[in-house]
Amino acid sequence: MKNSAAQFMMVGERTNITGSPKFAKAIKAGDWDAAVAIARQQVENGANAIDINVDEALVDGEATMTKFLQLIASEPEISRVPVMIDSSKWSVLEAGLRCLQGKGIVNSISLKDGEAEFLRRAGLIRRYGAAAVVMAFDEHGQAADRGAKVRICTRAYELLTGKASFPAEDIIFDPNILTVATGIEEHNNYAVDFFEATRIIKQTLPRAKVSGGVSNVSFSFRGNNPVREAMHSAFLYHAIEAGLDMAIVNAGMLGVYDEIPRDLLGHVEDVLLNRRPDATERLVRFAEELKAREAPVKAGAAPAVDAGSAWRSLSAAERLKHALVKGIDTFVEADTEEARKDSTRYPRPLDIIEGPLMDGMRVVGDLFGAGKMFLPQVVKSARVMKRSVAYLTPFMEEEKRRHIAAGGQARSSGRIVMATVKGDVHDIGKNIVGVVLACNNYEVFDLGVMTPADKIIAAAREKQADAVGLSGLITPSLDEMVHVAREMRQAGMQIPILIGGATTSAAHTAVRIAPEYPAGVVHVLDASRVVNVVSSLFSPDQKQAFLADVGVKQQNQREDFAEKRSRRPLLSLATARERRPQFDWAAVDIPRPEFLGVRAYDPVPLGEIAPFIDWGPFFSAWEIHGRFPDLLKDPAVGTEASKLYEDAQQMLARVITERQLTARTVVGFWPCNAVGDDIEVYTDEGRSRVAAVFPQLRQQLEKPADQHNHCLADYIAPKECGRLDYLGGFAVTAGREVDALAAEFRARHDDYSAIMLQALADRLAEAMAEMFHKRARELCGFGRDENLSHQDLIRERYRGIRPAPGYPACPDHTAKPVLFGLLGAEAATGITLTESCAMHPGPSVSGWYFNHPEAKYFAVGKVGRDQVEDYARRKGWPAAQAEKWLGPYLDYEP
Amino acid sequence: MQAAPVNPKPPEAPSFGPLRALFGARIAILDGAMGSMIQTFGLTEADFRGDRFRGHPRDLKGNNDLLGLTRPDVIEGIHSAYFSAGADMVETNTFNSTSISQADYGTEALASEINAAAAALALRAARKAESVSPGRRCFVAGAIGPLNRTLSLSPDVNRPEYRAVTWDQVVTAYAEQARTLIAAGVDALLIETIFDTLNAKAALFAISGVFEELGIQLPIMISVTITDASGRTLSGQTVEAFYASIAHARPFSVGINCALGGRAMRPYVEELSGIAGTYTTCYPNAGLPNAFGGYDETPADMAAVLRHFAESGWVNMVGGCCGSTPEHIAAIAAAVRGFLPRPVPSIPPVMRLSGLEALVLA
Repeated sequence: MKNSAAQFMMVGERTNITGSPKFAKAIKAGDWDAAVAIARQQVENGANAIDINVDEALVDGEATMTKFLQLIASEPEISRVPVMIDSSKWSVLEAGLRCLQGKGIVNSISLKDGEAEFLRRAGLIRRYGAAAVVMAFDEHGQAADRGAKVRICTRAYELLTGKASFPAEDIIFDPNILTVATGIEEHNNYAVDFFEATRIIKQTLPRAKVSGGVSNVSFSFRGNNPVREAMHSAFLYHAIEAGLDMAIVNAGMLGVYDEIPRDLLGHVEDVLLNRRPDATERLVRFAEELKAREAPVKAGAAPAVDAGSAWRSLSAAERLKHALVKGIDTFVEADTEEARKDSTRYPRPLDIIEGPLMDGMRVVGDLFGAGKMFLPQVVKSARVMKRSVAYLTPFMEEEKRRHIAAGGQARSSGRIVMATVKGDVHDIGKNIVGVVLACNNYEVFDLGVMTPADKIIAAAREKQADAVGLSGLITPSLDEMVHVAREMRQAGMQIPILIGGATTSAAHTAVRIAPEYPAGVVHVLDASRVVNVVSSLFSPDQKQAFLADVGVKQQNQREDFAEKRSRRPLLSLATARERRPQFDWAAVDIPRPEFLGVRAYDPVPLGEIAPFIDWGPFFSAWEIHGRFPDLLKDPAVGTEASKLYEDAQQMLARVITERQLTARTVVGFWPCNAVGDDIEVYTDEGRSRVAAVFPQLRQQLEKPADQHNHCLADYIAPKECGRLDYLGGFAVTAGREVDALAAEFRARHDDYSAIMLQALADRLAEAMAEMFHKRARELCGFGRDENLSHQDLIRERYRGIRPAPGYPACPDHTAKPVLFGLLGAEAATGITLTESCAMHPGPSVSGWYFNHPEAKYFAVGKVGRDQVEDYARRKGWPAAQAEKWLGPYLDYEP
Repeated sequence: MQAAPVNPKPPEAPSFGPLRALFGARIAILDGAMGSMIQTFGLTEADFRGDRFRGHPRDLKGNNDLLGLTRPDVIEGIHSAYFSAGADMVETNTFNSTSISQADYGTEALASEINAAAAALALRAARKAESVSPGRRCFVAGAIGPLNRTLSLSPDVNRPEYRAVTWDQVVTAYAEQARTLIAAGVDALLIETIFDTLNAKAALFAISGVFEELGIQLPIMISVTITDASGRTLSGQTVEAFYASIAHARPFSVGINCALGGRAMRPYVEELSGIAGTYTTCYPNAGLPNAFGGYDETPADMAAVLRHFAESGWVNMVGGCCGSTPEHIAAIAAAVRGFLPRPVPSIPPVMRLSGLEALVLA
């Protein structure tokens, strides 16, 4: 993960004198080392920023703030993160601002002292170059209920953006997290007020952020940490769902929502969500019981022995091998330990890995290579392997320490650094490749998603990698891979690069990437090929021959590419436009949607989405190809496909019943017309103002006489025909929880479940797109009586299309920010866009609805210089920018 | 109740229009080194003192900025040589002309006078160059250097919290310099060779105050120095973190100059080009200093590197720093001619914070 991009920001609270007795003691005693250590600990525990507050009656605020900031400035481990200067005194805030070389946050200003002072301070903060927390406080006091919070924040926002020209993105509202469960009835709704106010602020005040000090909410339960932590986790969970961007927390003490015991969570949520009048009483009682209950630590219950399994009576080695091949992880730790204790057979822990475990993995690898085992099984086997290795790791490290003490060193059969490139968040494929490689005794260092070139190079060097694997799904990632290759050459690297991911191809690799990097770039079509490629590359005997062979093939591909380009010249843009499909616009049915503007659906019940899932691509993700459901009965893959399907159904059921994902959708309709190849969207049916323009691209390939050169704008009524048309838009996401849930599985060495969850979430997002397209057709009238079966839906046997920016009919991803703006998609769904316009979280879909009865999907294909220049003009870009975004579609060398 | 608008943005100086036209039309050319050119004249302590400072109690040789008062002919000649070589903009000889930096020579009381004289010399060279080629527009940037004392770093390793200068002192010194340069008529202010971002932020703070005070704003150009190959400033920031720290000033341009050679700057120039929603500049040294303190890159060497940046679409203005000469600038101007200037990308308005590293909250 790129260190600079965050979705949610945790601000460490322990360097706050008012909330941390330890910090207070250190500051008051002048024990600066101890105070600095607290700051370091916050950063080490994952705080993205640290809040520093030295407000105390007996402390000289200005001098102490200055000294502390100057001290931590010389501690790179602390000062790498931004600082939040926290004080109720303006002079202390200003003293702090004079010490920050970075861009920090001022916490806080408010309307408490009136507009003039508020604006004066805001103006100074701008000159110092900082962001600002604005408390929901005004001349009359602190805002407690939803209405007051929203009213004050809105007033502050208008003043700041209007009169102080304060950038909206640097405004952080703190709508006051107040203590609940105090026994005072008026306080019962405080948490709900905060959640609701947050939601409204995020929806109505564009780009503003929301923050809060979470610990306050649980103040009534001082001294009862289990309850407080549960309250904090649950509060954060609901607040983030409402749109909270950052929180001031104790970074080392945050629990995971899903791990809060169900009974405790129920009581806590009753209080936070104000679900019953006696909620406080019940939580207090429960908290007392909890405290009293000094539960003895229970030994982990032994797993029930499967009596019917004859293999359990085999030797430990045989059992391990069996477990690997069959993917059974129930007994793996016990079996591994038994083998480890057999020190005559396995003097070193590594002998177990190289012996029974690798024997098992070899069987798995052979079966996989021969097409007799399928990816889901391989991943399950890997899970067993990983757990066994994880069990052995401490023993091996101990051994290594002794070994190094004696002056030796050791290596695996090869090391690969893998990353999804900068700007891209997709990683299912990369994770699968990582697992397959790890199964084959390669050491894999996975740098995660959105990884910039310098990180990749640094990691490759640090790990002394033998190869680098780059992955990406969206088209801008292709350019980024070229960039990474170029940087690696500049850095003088000599190790080969592997390229993989959905938009990558052998042709693009040959034409664009390989020429940038002479040390070898190999395209890997899918996970089943990667072991062959890597073993050839890492074999001193085969490497040269293999790379030479790849080089010859790539040279051929480059020649093919050059030839193809010269053989099939494109039509000029003018000619292509003449050959557009012609419609009798007086007669075309243009339905008017039931509403104009946007509608958000939050959350979308997961159970309603599931029936729309198209399972075909789910199996493709696991590299099982074929038609669903026929492939369940396929003689070759049927058994495994059925098992996979069963596991998927189980996980899906759990996801649905436990509401592990928050699926959200926003749908919109707007009046529009086509103007040339642009689609103009209007604010209203009177066309009084253009709300947005979506320039579209047209096919330029020469086609037979009876075929047309398509462009999406063709499906919209042209302005000159006099009729108003309507464009729809949508953004759906299966939920931001996916990454965290997958990471949890991975932390438990369960890549199988992690990949399964990601694949399912992708399917859910696609299913939501299908489901809401159906609803959109109903909203437009013509869909109300279409009465199609599931199969017909999947085969798109309905009127209308929903093309997505970045895909073949409209390959430019930059339409997404415009569409998101119209939809208010970020606020409504939580989907954000990376610098390459990839949607985050990954399981998200966005696009337009075109209702024209003859609308069909098509691929724009290659575009010529004339169209690129015309397109750039229409986008208001320099040509180079258009060339950058349309890179893979250019028919010429820019 | 209506509150009066705070910080009303002062109106733009007339130089904004022609500068924008220049940067929009082509890659602009900045001048090269001042110090290494002065060295070629072999000036002595007597030259630095002139008549006026004959009795000054401290050595003055090396106080290059003082030459604006004692050898104006040398300074104006160097400016003219750069305009003849094809520079669109020269920097005033004021890199050390703050009261804080001049204190090393006991000449802190002369800071305003030095700035005013330096600006006058550069402006005269500019008008002369314009009169030779009718229709040509030549620009003068008031150079604002990094100071010899820093706000982020302690000069005493045993006292990390110690600072040799305070914020208020730095702001006062920079305000005096900026006020004088603006009054003398420079076209832009160039805060350059920044190795401590906090000093630069103090300069920006001072300048915004002077703008309000004078009721006018000039284009602010900012240029940072990456001091080591790991891509950090001396005070430890990455390029992205640095940009987040100064973007609030809405600079006309931001760039990289000085240390490293152009070749080693490459990844940072590219990175900055990708994240800066404003014009970008680059004026490297003529390579790294050699064992003799000289610089080895020939005009052709430097031109090749900057041509590569131009070709890649990363820069809007190029020039030279330490060790470069009018020959270098002529070669650079010829090398980038014909390449389109970098289009300024539209950067999404998200919250960008920084410590030593950047943090973007999407």
